[in-house]
Amino acid sequence: MNMPDLAKLIFGRLTLEAIPYHEPILIGTFVAVAIGGIALLALITKHKLWGYLWSEWFTSIDHKKIGIMYMVLGIVMLLRGFSDAIMMRAQQAIAFNGNPGFLPPHHYDQIFTAHGVIMIFFVAMPLVTGLMNYVVPLQIGARDVAFPFLNNFSFWMTVAGAMLVMASLFVGEFARTGWLAYPPLSGLAQSPDVGVDYYIWSLQVAGVGTTLSGINLIATIVKMRAPGMSMMKMPIFTWTSLCTNVLIVAAFPVLTAVLVLLSLDRYVGTNFFTNDFGGNAMMYVNLIWIWGHPEVYILVLPVFGVFSEVTSTFSRKRLFGYASMVYATVVITVLSYLVWLHHFFTMGSGASVNSFFGITTMIISIPTGAKIFNWLFTMYRGRIKFDVPMLWTVGFMVTFVIGGMTGVMLAVPPADFLLHNSLFLIAHFHNVIIGGVIFGLFAGINYWFPKAFGYRLDPFWGKVSFWFWLVGFWVAFMPLYVLGFMGVTRRMNHFEDPSLQIWFQIAAFGAFLIALGIGAFLVQLWVSYKRRDELRDVTGDPWHGRTLEWSTSSPPPEYNFAFTPVIHDTDAWWDMKERNAGRRLEGYLPIHMPKNTGAGIILAGLAFVFGFAMIWHMFLVAGLAFVALIVTAIGHTFNYKRDYHIPADVVARTEAARTEELAAHV
Amino acid sequence: MSAHIESHDHHDAHDHHEHDDGHAPSTLKGYMMGFFLAVVLTAIPFWLVMDKVIPNSQTLAVVILTFAAIQIVVHMVYFLHMNTKAEGGWSMLALIFTLVMVVITLSGSIWVMYHMNSNMMPGMSHEMTEQQAKNLP
Repeated sequence: MNMPDLAKLIFGRLTLEAIPYHEPILIGTFVAVAIGGIALLALITKHKLWGYLWSEWFTSIDHKKIGIMYMVLGIVMLLRGFSDAIMMRAQQAIAFNGNPGFLPPHHYDQIFTAHGVIMIFFVAMPLVTGLMNYVVPLQIGARDVAFPFLNNFSFWMTVAGAMLVMASLFVGEFARTGWLAYPPLSGLAQSPDVGVDYYIWSLQVAGVGTTLSGINLIATIVKMRAPGMSMMKMPIFTWTSLCTNVLIVAAFPVLTAVLVLLSLDRYVGTNFFTNDFGGNAMMYVNLIWIWGHPEVYILVLPVFGVFSEVTSTFSRKRLFGYASMVYATVVITVLSYLVWLHHFFTMGSGASVNSFFGITTMIISIPTGAKIFNWLFTMYRGRIKFDVPMLWTVGFMVTFVIGGMTGVMLAVPPADFLLHNSLFLIAHFHNVIIGGVIFGLFAGINYWFPKAFGYRLDPFWGKVSFWFWLVGFWVAFMPLYVLGFMGVTRRMNHFEDPSLQIWFQIAAFGAFLIALGIGAFLVQLWVSYKRRDELRDVTGDPWHGRTLEWSTSSPPPEYNFAFTPVIHDTDAWWDMKERNAGRRLEGYLPIHMPKNTGAGIILAGLAFVFGFAMIWHMFLVAGLAFVALIVTAIGHTFNYKRDYHIPADVVARTEAARTEELAAHV
Repeated sequence: MSAHIESHDHHDAHDHHEHDDGHAPSTLKGYMMGFFLAVVLTAIPFWLVMDKVIPNSQTLAVVILTFAAIQIVVHMVYFLHMNTKAEGGWSMLALIFTLVMVVITLSGSIWVMYHMNSNMMPGMSHEMTEQQAKNLP
């Protein structure tokens, strides 16, 4: 075998040409990332943190640590996704009057695709999953999730997917198809390069993690609630998490299947979605939105739970209409499967089909509206404290309602024929995703941070971040509503009509304000760390909370609860405080806990190699990686050293320390 | 102070709950019965196709799909031990939810794609239907 054949066998279609050294922006980014990365690695090595990170974090199967790692992943990817956003806003603000801007079309198209993919799959999903992972077991009085190892594996699969997207920045290119990669554009004939393959394999690898974590959390919530916690006594965040995970388990297989069909078209020459030989690209659109619409609710339902917890805590009141909140959540869960066609009213299904889906879409706004009223009535006559989480919640209510109303406008098929694919649509879904999901995540981060780290986040910088985000959002997206009404379509690289430019410049200024908001959040993390002794939470209950997670110390011990609590009320911890129920202080027993394992990170690493090899047609490497993946997975089943006991005297010492601390500060 | 002691000892992150929560018992007889039914339900469609018993291919497809659906039920009852009481009713609830989702996905897709086809590919049939005429610009 001669050299070129050997190189092709090993490297597939990967050559040095794939490194984009002729693109100054990418090279600049690469240099910055490389310097930052090397500095980070050097710092970790200098402080001898590798062993600590490996044994305490990477291999940890403690749901709290995995939750925190999910949050870190989400925040890091937020920076990447947002830098895409600000490049797009800057490009559109200057690309007028013959000025081509600084992003050539083939690069610009990758950026808007990457922005969508990253923000949904690698920012919103990890942040939402992270919150659920951290909070749900604590809220239901459990010591971990149902399948602790699976949890670690799910997290690392999500990381592997994110790394594939990041690799596309410096090796090859990303898809130029928009975030859902519709064929025939994403088919082999129109996109023969690796971009769409990066898209497919990053989502497939991350999708394994998402589906498994959904199964895990459902099992946790159904089987591991503390005694006395019937379904209608579950905290509302646990309820919304349950519905979200049901949605994940039911919807993500559809995404997996449709991406498999697309990859078959691309790899083995089938014709599911091609233009010729009986393929039907519309079927792809139909199937991917059967996943895509529930996905929207997967993101927003948990943050509805966050807002419910925050509103009742900071209004010092029981949540108004708990039962109606639960029913609204369940109704949204089912209805979210009945509206998918509103994403393609214009594709030509005709009046009868369009009216059905238009009406179901309008119906889904009813339970959502009921939730808004429940929050308002919770606040009514409450003693409201405007701490940072509550600010985010009020900001959400004001912003999200506007997004909901423009959504109902889009649900009217004749109106949608005018607004479809315009910047009005872009403004609408950013209005609900930023105003809903992102605001809710920040509310949740500010709310549960003291639980996770033992000190509150600095309120001043929290407020700075909040106001920049809120004002920035309105300045950035209201011009897009206006432009949408003028008929400007999405994903444009440059414009001819100079009268539109001022609106894009306003929008770019808004994006700049949001950048300040993100900056202020990072400053908030840093300042809070510096001032951690002043902001220390010794009681474990800094907000005078209502649910069980606040009954533990901050941060909670690794076993969460020395004794499993018994629940008598929806607001279990509030009820215990009202009844002056004390902590039980003797009779500790050894606690049975799962043991850390490196199998998750190894499996995910192999999955990354497999995905990367498939993208570049290195089929030899891909085959080896796949075999290694299966062998490692089977090998792990022979690992019988999966658990250990925390001895009773260690538990006793930990609890005694907490008793002392509580006594010193009450 | 400690008027009530809020604790409960025997819950553990990993203890296995008692296995008497409504599983149908897995006996050799049950498995043999399931195996026998599965074989029969596979053999009949095989015979129908090989001996060309039903000449109309559409009818044949419907008959085979019916056997497949019955086979799914057999697997669920005899191999997955599902009944209305397993896992405190959660198995049944999950099954009903799954069925609703599958029915929505399949019937919805067929409905949507059928209309799209008849509206957007009018050349495929030779005369324009009333529905297509209504949807003309």
